[in-house]
Amino acid sequence: MNQWLIGVAVAFVVLAATTAVLTRDPARQAVVLSVLGLSLAVVFAVLQAPDVALSQLAVGTALTPLLILLTVRKVTRRPTRSDDRASDGDRAGTGDDGREQK
Amino acid sequence: MTARARLAVFLAAAAVIAAFFTAACTDLPPFGTDSHPYGERAVAAALDRRTANVVSAVNFDIRAFDTLGEESILFGTVLGATLLLRRARDERHRRAEADRVMPTTRLFGALLLPVTLVVGVYIVAHGQLSPGGGFQGGVVLATALHLAYVAADYRALKKLRPLAVLDVADSLAAASYSLIGLAGMIAGGAFLKNVLPLGTFNTVTSGGTVPVLNAAVGVEVACGLIALLAHFLDQAVELTDPDQQRYGDT
Repeated sequence: MNQWLIGVAVAFVVLAATTAVLTRDPARQAVVLSVLGLSLAVVFAVLQAPDVALSQLAVGTALTPLLILLTVRKVTRRPTRSDDRASDGDRAGTGDDGREQK
Repeated sequence: MTARARLAVFLAAAAVIAAFFTAACTDLPPFGTDSHPYGERAVAAALDRRTANVVSAVNFDIRAFDTLGEESILFGTVLGATLLLRRARDERHRRAEADRVMPTTRLFGALLLPVTLVVGVYIVAHGQLSPGGGFQGGVVLATALHLAYVAADYRALKKLRPLAVLDVADSLAAASYSLIGLAGMIAGGAFLKNVLPLGTFNTVTSGGTVPVLNAAVGVEVACGLIALLAHFLDQAVELTDPDQQRYGDT
């Protein structure tokens, strides 16, 4: 039983890691990375390492994807002044967070 | 270097690493057996120092010097990020505006924020007894605070986050780890020696210097990560480049 559990958890890690590599958009990749962090936490928990699982859950699932998302949001090329003026009308009042790419 | 040459260099390096890695792994003890030579010695040493959580005993007592390095890495990271992400001359500061949040999200954050903070403090405080410790609890504390951003807006988070105080606390906690180590050297003759009374096994005060070092790391990680995230959030939310000024005004 325990060995099957380890096998399933490791298979989940391999699946999540492959998906993370194959995802091209950094914002999506951050979300997949968070899933990968969760699956690694499950592996550590199954292998009776709760301390490491806890760190993995906190850092790999929450913190790293958050830092990546914030960085992506900052460096994504936003509309310049001229583009902005043209599309100003439909942006007003939508609570826009400026994430769309041009 | 062309793509083909790069690939050839990579494949050569990968082959060498794969060969040595395989050779190294053949000497490892087999997976999932009952024989744990290192584990048995670590458990005996931890019980000897009356620390219930063996992992904490390894981190803060047996291998406390390694943890000093890890802690310094985090401190250096925060310092570097602070330096790199400071407000540049051509960046404009724009005060974050009040945001409207769904009532359910607000309720979720308002209920979960205090609970998560208590969980974080619990994980730090019981690091020497149960799974967890300064690193894990510190990260939980740091992320808990950011529920304020999820549930309300950036202004609410800024009110909850006295950055000047956190910066000082971060530095003091990082320094106190070395100071505790020096105290061990003066009192016991070795850096980071466990010189405090060991207490009763499986109580919060057991383990000598383990809970003290653990608390120092907890404070350092929590304050450091909040400061780190603060600089990232400032960059993403409040600072705009010159060509984005009009965008920022909307």
